[in-house]
Order: sequence, then structure tokens, then C-alpha cells
Amino acid sequence: MSRTPFRTRYSAASLLRQGLAGQTGWGEAWRAPAPRPRYDFVIIGGGGHGLATAYYLAKLHGANRVAVLEKGWIGGGNTGGNTTIVRSNYFFPESAALYDHALRLYEGLSQELNYNIMLSQRGVVTIAHSHHDMELMARSVNAMLINGIDVELLDAEGVHREIKIANRDPHARFPIHGGFVQRRGGIARHDAVAWGYARAADAMGVDIIQNCEVTGFRFDGARVVGVETSRGPIAAGRVGMAVSGHSGVLAAKAGFKLPIQSYALQAMVTEPVKPVLDTVILSGSTGIYCSQSDKGEMVFGAGLDLYPSYAQRGNLPVGQTIIAALLDMFPRFRTLKLLRQWAGIVDVCWDYSPLIGPSPVEGLYLNCGWGTGGFKAIPAGGWLLAHILATGQHHPISAPFDLNRFTTGRLIDEAAGAGIAH
Amino acid sequence: MLALPCPHCGTRDEAEFQFGGEPAIRPPSAVTDTVWAEYVYMRSNEKGPHRELWCHAGGCGQWFVLTRNTATHAVLP
Amino acid sequence: MRLASGGRIDRAKKLSFTWNGTALTGFTGDTIASALLANGVKIVARSFKYHRPRGVFAAWVDEPNAVVDVRYGDQHDPNARATLVSLRDGMVVAGVNGYPSVAHDAAGALDLLHRFLPAGFYYKTFMTPSWQSYEPQIRAMAGLGQVGDAIETRAFETRTARCDVLVIGAGPAGLAAARAAQAAGASVIVADDRPEPGGSLLWDTATIDGAPALDWVGATTAGMRVLSRSTVFGAYDHGSFAVLEDRAAAPAGWAGPRLWVIRAAQVVFATGAIERPLVFPDNDRPGIMSANAVLAYLRQHAVLPGRRVIVATNNDSAYATAIALRDAGAAVEIADARAEAPNIEGIRVRPASVPLGTGGRGGLAWVDLGPCDGSRRERVPADLLAVSGGWSPAVHLFSQAGGALRWDEALAAFVPVAAGQHVAGSVTGAWDLATCLAQGHRAGLDAAGRASDLAAPHAPASALARPILPLWGLDLPGTRQWVDYQNDVTAKDVRLAASEGYRSVEHLKRYTTLGMATDQGKTSNVNGLAILADATGQAIQDVGTTKFRPPFTPVPLAAIAGLRAGALFAPLRHLPVHDDHVALGAEMRDYGGWARPACYRGIGETTAAAVKREATNARFRVGLFDGSSLGKIEVQGPDAAAFLNLMYYNEVANLRPGRLRYCLLLRETGVVYDDGVVARLAPDHYLLSPSSSHTAGVLAMLELWHQTEYPTMQVSFHDVTAAWATFAVSGPKSREIVMALGGGADLSEQALPHMAMTKTMLGAVPCRIARVSFTGERSYEVSVPSGYAHSLWRRLLDLGEKAGIMPYGIESLSVLRAEKGYILIGTDTDGMTLPVDLGLEGPLRAKKIDFVGKRSLLTPDATRPDRRQLVGLLPADPAVVPVPGTHAVLRDGGGQRSLGWITTACRSPVLQRSVALGMIESGRARMGETIDLFHLGQFSRATIVATCFYDPAGEKLHG
Repeated sequence: MSRTPFRTRYSAASLLRQGLAGQTGWGEAWRAPAPRPRYDFVIIGGGGHGLATAYYLAKLHGANRVAVLEKGWIGGGNTGGNTTIVRSNYFFPESAALYDHALRLYEGLSQELNYNIMLSQRGVVTIAHSHHDMELMARSVNAMLINGIDVELLDAEGVHREIKIANRDPHARFPIHGGFVQRRGGIARHDAVAWGYARAADAMGVDIIQNCEVTGFRFDGARVVGVETSRGPIAAGRVGMAVSGHSGVLAAKAGFKLPIQSYALQAMVTEPVKPVLDTVILSGSTGIYCSQSDKGEMVFGAGLDLYPSYAQRGNLPVGQTIIAALLDMFPRFRTLKLLRQWAGIVDVCWDYSPLIGPSPVEGLYLNCGWGTGGFKAIPAGGWLLAHILATGQHHPISAPFDLNRFTTGRLIDEAAGAGIAH
Repeated sequence: MLALPCPHCGTRDEAEFQFGGEPAIRPPSAVTDTVWAEYVYMRSNEKGPHRELWCHAGGCGQWFVLTRNTATHAVLP
Repeated sequence: MRLASGGRIDRAKKLSFTWNGTALTGFTGDTIASALLANGVKIVARSFKYHRPRGVFAAWVDEPNAVVDVRYGDQHDPNARATLVSLRDGMVVAGVNGYPSVAHDAAGALDLLHRFLPAGFYYKTFMTPSWQSYEPQIRAMAGLGQVGDAIETRAFETRTARCDVLVIGAGPAGLAAARAAQAAGASVIVADDRPEPGGSLLWDTATIDGAPALDWVGATTAGMRVLSRSTVFGAYDHGSFAVLEDRAAAPAGWAGPRLWVIRAAQVVFATGAIERPLVFPDNDRPGIMSANAVLAYLRQHAVLPGRRVIVATNNDSAYATAIALRDAGAAVEIADARAEAPNIEGIRVRPASVPLGTGGRGGLAWVDLGPCDGSRRERVPADLLAVSGGWSPAVHLFSQAGGALRWDEALAAFVPVAAGQHVAGSVTGAWDLATCLAQGHRAGLDAAGRASDLAAPHAPASALARPILPLWGLDLPGTRQWVDYQNDVTAKDVRLAASEGYRSVEHLKRYTTLGMATDQGKTSNVNGLAILADATGQAIQDVGTTKFRPPFTPVPLAAIAGLRAGALFAPLRHLPVHDDHVALGAEMRDYGGWARPACYRGIGETTAAAVKREATNARFRVGLFDGSSLGKIEVQGPDAAAFLNLMYYNEVANLRPGRLRYCLLLRETGVVYDDGVVARLAPDHYLLSPSSSHTAGVLAMLELWHQTEYPTMQVSFHDVTAAWATFAVSGPKSREIVMALGGGADLSEQALPHMAMTKTMLGAVPCRIARVSFTGERSYEVSVPSGYAHSLWRRLLDLGEKAGIMPYGIESLSVLRAEKGYILIGTDTDGMTLPVDLGLEGPLRAKKIDFVGKRSLLTPDATRPDRRQLVGLLPADPAVVPVPGTHAVLRDGGGQRSLGWITTACRSPVLQRSVALGMIESGRARMGETIDLFHLGQFSRATIVATCFYDPAGEKLHG
């Protein structure tokens, strides 16, 4: 793999040199180019997935006329608003292959991008609250072990060893019965993932064009041959779209529907405190997930708001339930204060698995429907969409996630895999 | 926290309501897999005015269709 | 130091507290911050990144520095803002983020390395060998306070309220608005975060309608609903607002804060404004304070934070501070950035003068003053520098509620663009009391939507009202000029971010952490984005603000959760005879949201032994099971049969009255949603028995289909689950016990065979008796109105005593049903299970109508031959019970592929061996095959058999 031609490589040594020089010589992390009239590949959406797609197109497929069109600022959608969890502890082999591909790419990403994404593989502990939960968890853990994922089943004491401040009260509404851990799981710095991919893609000639909203598609017959934007028309050989939270809007502009409904997903942080939580925790029963950021804030969230929304704000009653669930597991957090509550719009696919591959319209390719789990998949989502755009063919990992599964009925229902009957 | 207008009971807090998705016309079972999938799985998912089913579950129990702007949550006439 | 008189403190009530272990005193009416200032404490905190010493800067919610640890009784606040917490007797206050103390912090040495640690430095290093090799040390350095060991136990309640007009802010504009709206007939609530109404009038010497301002406040608020100490922290949909009422002043000590959710038809935003710091070299030294805060401490708390004071300003508001300081006996000079200086008696006013630098150890000793370009400077001794960089309207809630903002060049402030919303006072950029009162009056009437004869309150116009000279830092290379005090973001950091391409205001925030500290940038954001605008050559309007999000100030998590704690969080439903179960020693567990008996353990008995005893007893003698949580939905109407036939997978229209049938209910996706027995009570009357956890869902589904797809059908639904208690008497001796109940119903095999139902009266009590079995033994489900549940439960136990009746719990039932191969929804099925997977293919072939889910059973995947199918499994080692969740695998070479999994497994008491059910790929075609099982890396084997292990002919059910 060739070395990415950065203007300034980041390192402790360069930081030292720049320190002595007054930090004036870093240069731009990425350019602000004007859009060209035509590109071989146009990627709609400057979030993690879109930027990663552009990066891998340039890096692995030698594409040199690539543009990323972002309607606002890069990383400003769900990449910048999620709770930064990475893991690959999925039930179905297809999902495990997809998310573990992402995790493996994450594991080398800081070095590859020369940008510290602060990957912290501190372990992800999923909690079981009942005997029934434990049986479902055994089913999941065995599936993951068969899929080659590094997980361990834990009894209640095992959970308490991992999470010292978790509630030990057996009479808690959702007592801790056991759980499982994926030690390679953890968190990463979300903004850095977007910025790192952007800087590396830019260094290889990708045009990252911010404040450029795609307002429509240009067709030649039934084939998409470009996009209309707020900064004029842009022709494209192939168009990829990675617009989490807006997939339905763009699909409508291209003339098709998706098996997706968009919901607000809340996230919250508390004021920072000294380290007390060293792993990521998840609970299937309450839906809560929480980790402590390197700054010391508790970063947490849980379920979706109860009705579709494109308004990027959370609803108070759902927020109250999320906080109640957090406090049931961590009663000592009752005195912590909520610092900020926000919401991102997530495109929830019917079977809680993403859509990757050709759209119903020729020339337009999809990477969407990640629901609540898009961040952890960024490297794989970009890698696979780049492969499909460059070759016109599915990769074996992406093939099961084609839109056609809704016609054949061969869904990859991760909620069902987790034992949820619906 | 929405305040939704039940056509039978008047405006009530969202806690009394249950969301029921987009109204759809059910095709007969003789249709193709594609048409059936369109009905079961595909969603218009509009940003902006969105026709949707709601049930006043904590009140009169009646389902009704509401148009709500999904970008602002404003209930439209 | 504390002045001898004045202030809104009660000098008769002296309070003792400790600061970092040192005993200090204050008065009732003090905040922790005012008490610390009165005691001469300079350093109260350390900054987040460089651990620089920090003093109190502000006097209220905008405080960026003074985060402290507070303990009071058994209460603990690890990150309290000293400016907001009312001092209480016995409080223990300590600095955070400093070791050994905030006054002498070893980590302060970090500041020496600052040139190597600019904004975002961590993105450029700490990559070799990995971030995780540095992370523990970095985490240990970060964070502020420490989570306490004690668990908060205060009661937190939530209240809701409605009103015509909610006025946010009880300053002059807010009170004028509330007064006008109330006079116009509107119901009004005023919410204000301070301990008493008045806002800026609490430190103003103005008159309103000719009287001292606070007299006007008193008269105006009489008869008005004012929530004091109540911070509106979030604007939510459709006029709803979340408000935190701090009840710290409640007599019982620290009562928990109370959450209000207020729904208002109209809202008046009278949220005031926040004073900005000036950005200049070394502007973060303890002893540098907001000019308005100095005035507030002086007037509210009679605290004089310095005796030799320089007031540095670019606008006229700080002159009031200077005059008040002069009057309190301090030596005061004013450095005004503007070219012209008014004459103020007893105060030297330096025109065109700004602070160019500061110095002093552990506090402020001198300030260099001179023109902005630094061409001249004069070192002036000072122990307090009061600064004002202008005012930023507190547009947070207005913006949260969807309001747009506009940059006003003349005011040098983002102001609300009021389009249909009501705003009044300094939030609009009006700094003059008379204007604020007039605006408030107008906004109140507009919000009420009605006129009133009431005259607007009047105040004299301000004497000084000259334009501000915006100042966004000084162009003095090599200096450090703080923008965000808590997170240590300097003007240079902002310019570095811009030069590296982080030009969006959101990129700036994220790259530099500007505005991300616990004050959420109340003092820093506008200065930061103005510097960004300068660095990028944009207009401030085009740079815009970052998004305003709830909460306005940090809110304790427990207060937001309210009563959703302990047993009241997602409360469990109780059975009608819950107490009887508990009295019998039942182990109550959560099953689908109901507290139900797992089993009834005797003294010293293990769960496994109890399950074996109960199951065996039900098989060979008689058992009693509480099935009251099982759903009961009555379906009535002439079209009941036709409608239910469209809903259910199985045929139900040809069911004879008095008969029962086991049926599946599908989703439109074809997936099995629920199972249960459907009883036909009469030609137009059915009774459905959904699973305990699905009753509400089934009812909603029936209503939805009826109302939207089949509205012309005459049928209605009624959930009577809570109205009836149901007890199953199961076992060979069941009939004699149920007969003994009386009532005269014919329970003979001919009159009431398996899957039949009859009604009777037990005295005056209506009773339903159904022959239905989930154990494989002859069973009677006896139902009476819930009010008679206890009597029936006792009576069945009494009547069955001789026959050896024993209650059995869910775990025992689970063994009995597993032996029979009866499935449990959600255990043996999941969101992928189709009826064909359960071996129930008949209705799909036989039923011609388009019942719910039918078409989805015809897709390529639904008709695939290699679907997972329900089968029985006999483990090779009959003594070993496989763990449910064990997978069946195909082993090839080093790897394996999952064929499915075990869904249910138990040791069968009757067969004296382990049995299991599982969903196995092509399971029915593998009948008789022995397959490999996999659990946590261990392998075993099992043989695939039919699902029913015991009495496959069903002889026990009959007779």
C-alpha cells in the first residue's frame, strides 16, 4: 500500500517542531476546492461513510477524479453526533463479516490515516438482566464464537469485575444477571474519524466540497449521470450516496422508495468526572449504552424516539426513560448532571441491517440504513461502497445487504437475532 | 413532547398516543413479490408533511390519520 | 472582603462551612462563591487542560471557572457551580481537578509545555504504538469532580402545569410582561432561576413608577404565580418546557430538585443577557471578574472583591460597577476602549485604553493599560480587574424553541428574530431599563392576545447610552488571550483551527473544545466565533452560532428521571393473588412485565428441586397454576368470526360455540407474532388468550386492522385481562377438585372434552371453566372475576389438599410444556419464525382468504427448503442438560457453521433425562440424525427427534 502524500505528517516530532515555530506551519488539513464540472465518482454525503468511500476509491482503486459533496460541514451528521461505540458482536455471519471488517480496519486506522482517531479498545460489556436474557445471550455468544468474534460470556460477578460501579442490588428493577464482553470493542473519537479520512482523501486529490447540497439527479434516460447541487450541476460516472438521516429524501429525488423510516435517536453527556467507568456497557432490556469519554463525560443513549422525525432534537419523555435506565444500572450517577442532550436522525431499515449496493436506478449506489449503528461500520461501509463503485460488482461481504433481500424475504434481522420478537 | 389532536377527544399529550406508521393500501396476495415487498417494507418517509396513523390508545382507542411535518413536528390541518 | 452593611444577606444568620478543610463563615443569602470572595479566597479551581489557576469570574449561570465539590449532610454534588449554590450551614466545599489542592496543583506544570499542546494536538500524536498506551494517564488528568460513593436518596418529584402565557425570566421585562398578560386575563406562570424575582433589579438602584425598583417587584409579583429558583432548561415540542426547581432553600434541608413540565400556549422569552469577557493577554488570572458580577456581589452580598480596582470596558454598562465600587470605598479607574471618556466624579477614566497584560502570583497584582495596538503601556497596580466586553443576549431557549438569530452590528450581539414569538428585555439587545419595561408590557399583551387598560411601567432613561466598540482580542503576537476559561481555548487556538481548515463554527468547537465545558460557552462562544470570523474573513452573521441544545444549565440526572426509579421504573404488573404467592414462598420474577412465581421453594430447597417436585406433582397428582396474566380479549359482533378469520393464521370461523382452538397470529411479514387459544363462546362472541406480554399489542393490532382495513365489519374488542383471574388445575386428579367447587356444571369427558369451555355460577359468582392444557395433563382453567381471585385460590388449595395439590410456577410449567413440545412465544420463536418453521403448514394450504401475513409466506425465502425448523433433541448424554442458546454446528476442518440453536432445554422428571427443543436448519429432514452441539467452545452431541417427548398420542389430555 502506498504512503499517502500528506503536506505535513503528524507526529510528536512535528508537534515539537511546530511548537518551536509557533504552530504556524501545519497548513490546511483539507482544501476547500470549487466543484469541477465532472468527476468519475461523486459521493453524496461528507460524513464518515462518504469520506471513507472517497478515501478507499483513491487509495485502493486508483480513482483520481472523486468528489465528496456535503451540504453542511463534514462529519456534521451522525458521524459527529453519535456515542462513538465500535464493536462487531453481531449474531448473523453476514453481519459479523461486515462489522468485523470495519473493526479490523479501525484497528489500523490511526496509523493508516496519520490521524489519531483515539481508538480505545476498552471492551464492550452487554448486560443480561434475567435468566431468559442469559439464554438469549448464550445463543448470541455462541453465534459470535462460531463467526470468529472475540467474545466471552460473563456471570454476574464477571460483569461486576468489568464494571466496578454497576448496581449490585439484586432487587434493582433490572438487576445484573450476567453478560458478555467483546474486548476488541470500545470507542473512537468520532470527529477524528471524519477528519482523518477527509485529510487523507484530500491528500490523494479527492475534492471535498462543503456547503454543497445535492438538490436532484441528472438522468440520461433511466441512468443517473450526475447531480444538481446548490453550487451548480456536476456530472458523474457513478454516484454513491451515504447520507444517513436523509436517505429517504434523496431516494425520493431519484424516484424510488426505501425500506427505511427515519427517527430521532437521542444522545446525552454528563459533566466530566474522574474515571470510574472503564468499559462500554450495553443493556438489551433497557436499551441503554454508556461509556466514559476520555474527557470524563458519561456519554449515553438508548432507544429511538417513538415516531419518525427529521427534527434533530430529542423528546423529553424518551430522554427521561433513558436517564432512568442509566440510573437503574448506575445509582451513583444520580448526582451527575446532564450537560447536553441532542438527537441525530437515523435511517432505520426494516431488518436493522444496512443497505449496500446498487439502487433501483442505474448509476446510483447506496450505503444507507445503518440505523443506530453506522459509526462502528464506517471503514467497512466506505470500503465496500468504494469496491462497488469502482468495479460495478458486489463484494462477497456486501452481497447479502443488497436491497433485493426485501423482495426475496431473506432479511438479516439483527433484532430478531438478539431474540426480539416483532 | 407533542400535543396531538384526537378527532374525538381533542388535543392531548403524546403520552396518550401510539404511532402506527404510514397508511398503505393492501394489495391482494396474487401480486408479485416485488409489489408485496413495496407494500410491506417500503416507506415514503417524507421530510416535511407526512401522513401517518396514530391511535389515541390512552383515550378513545380510535385510530386516525394525521399530517405532521416531520421536519418541525408541526401538526398540519 | 465583606462590607459592614448592605446586601441582601441576613447578617443575623451566620453560616459555617469549610473550604478545602479550612473553616470559613458566610451568611444566609450567600452563594458559595460570594462567601469565598468575602473570605478573600482567590483560587477556586484549575482549568481543564493546562491546570491554570482560576478564580470566580461571574456571579450566576455564566460562571466558567468555579466548579467545586460540595457535600452537605448525605448529599453530594461533585461538580457544583459555586455561583449557583446557596450556602448552607455545615457545607463542606472543596476544589476539584487540583492535586494536592487547587491552590497548589502539581499538574500546573503542564502549562509550561503549552506551546507544544495547541488545540487538537492529540489528533497529531499519541499514535505509536497505540492511543491506548497513553489513554489511562490522559484520562486520569481529565475529568473534574469525583463520583461519590453514596447513593442519592432524595425524593425527586415531577409536576406538570399548563398556562396561557409562560414568562421565562423575572427581570424587569419578564415581570412587565407577566403583569400585562395577567391584567389582560391570561393565566400566567413566571419561571425564574434566581432565589427571588427581580433579575438585574436586584443590584440596580433604579426607580420604576417613581418607587425603588424592588418595591415595584414586590407589588407586581403579589398574586402572581412566580416559580423562583426555577431554571427553564429545555424548550420541547408544541409549547412544552422543562423547568428545574431547585428546592435547596426548603426548610427540610436539601429536598430534591423538582422537575416541572409546563405546557404553555404562548411564551415570553425575557431571558436577559450575559456579559462577555474581554479578550486580552493573560486575561484568565484570578482577580479578573465580570464587571456586572462585581456589581452583583457588591449589592446582593455586600462583598467587595477588591480595593484597588480597574474597570476595563468597551461599553457603558460597566460604569455602574465603577461607581458602585467607588461608593463602597474602593480606588477605581476605568479603562475605556473607546476614544472618548466621560467625566465621572472620583474616578479616573482612561480613554482608548485596554488591558495589555496582567501579573501577580496567586492573584492579580498589576495590569498593563494602553491602546489596543500595544504601542504604549502603563503598569497599574490593582487587586481586581472588572471587565466588560459587551453583552450577549441569552438566546439559548429562544433558539432551542426554533427561533432564528441575527447578528446586530450596532449592538455587537446575536439577537432574536422574533417572528410570531414574544421576546422582551435585554435578550433583544435592549440595555436600557425603560425600554425593557416597555417591551415587556407589549410582549405580555401580545402573548395574552388581548388588550388591557393597564399602563406600562415607567423608568427614567439611562444617563449613559453610547455605542459599544466591539473588541475581539488584541493583535499582539506571542501573547495568550483566553476565550474559553474552563477548557483553556485561546484566541491563537481559534486562529490555528481556522488555518488548518476547521472553519465551520461546529468544526471550531469540536477541534478546539471551545464552548464544550460545563458552562457550554455562555461567556466564550461569541468571542470565539467573532475571532473565527476575523480569521476566515467572513461576516459574523455568516459564521453563525453552534446549535443551542438543552439543558440551559446542567441538570441532575435524578431530577430528570423523577419518580422513574426503583420499582417505579417500568413497574411490574401484579397478579390478583400476588400476596398469596409471596406467602407461599414463591420466588417472584419478571416475566414479560408481570411479577409471576418462578416456583415455590420450600425451606432449604433449591430451585431445581422445587421445579422437579412441582412438575412431578402436576404430572402424577394435581397442580395449581396462576394463569391470570394470560391475556383475555373479548371479541363480539355479527362479523366477529369473519374478522378473526382474517386475522388468525388458523381457521377460526368453523369453530363451534363452546370449543377452543390453538391458533397463531402473524405479522404482515409472515413472522409469528403470538400464539394462544381462541375460544368461541357464542356465534358472535369469541374470547382470545394472547401471551401475557402481547395482550396490549394484539388488541392494538385488532383495532388497527378493524378501523383501517375492515371498517365496515361489525365487531368490537374489549381487553378484560384485569377483570378475570384464571387458575389452571392440572393433573390426573384435576377433575374431582374442580367438581368439588360446585356450580353444577357437567364436567364429564362427553360434556366438556379437551378444548371445550363452559360457564357456570359458583354461588353468585360467574365462572368460566375451560379444558385447555399447557402441561399435557387433563387441565381445567377456572376463571372468576378478579375480586374473587383470593377466595378461589384458597378454595382450590383447600379442596385439593387431600389429592396433594401443589401450586407450580413458570419454571415448572416450562418443564412440563417442554416435555410435550409445546412452544413458548419469544423463547422457541423469534422475529424470524414463520408458521411453517413450527411445522404448522395446514392453514397456509387450506385457507383461501388473504389472512394477515399470508402473502409473505410465499416469498422465495419463506418457501426455502433449508429453513430452520422446530425439532426435538435428545442429548447424547442424558444426564447433561444443554444450555439454551447452544448451537448445532456442522464441523468442517477447523471451523464450523451454525445450523441453528437450542431454544428450550431441561431435565425431564418424567423421562429422567435431558430433553431439548431447537430450531435446526432442515430439521425435519434430519430426523434421527445425530448432530454436533457447540457451547462456549465445547462440543457435545444430540439426536434429532420429534418435538413431543411424552405421551405423543395425547392420551393424558383426554379421559
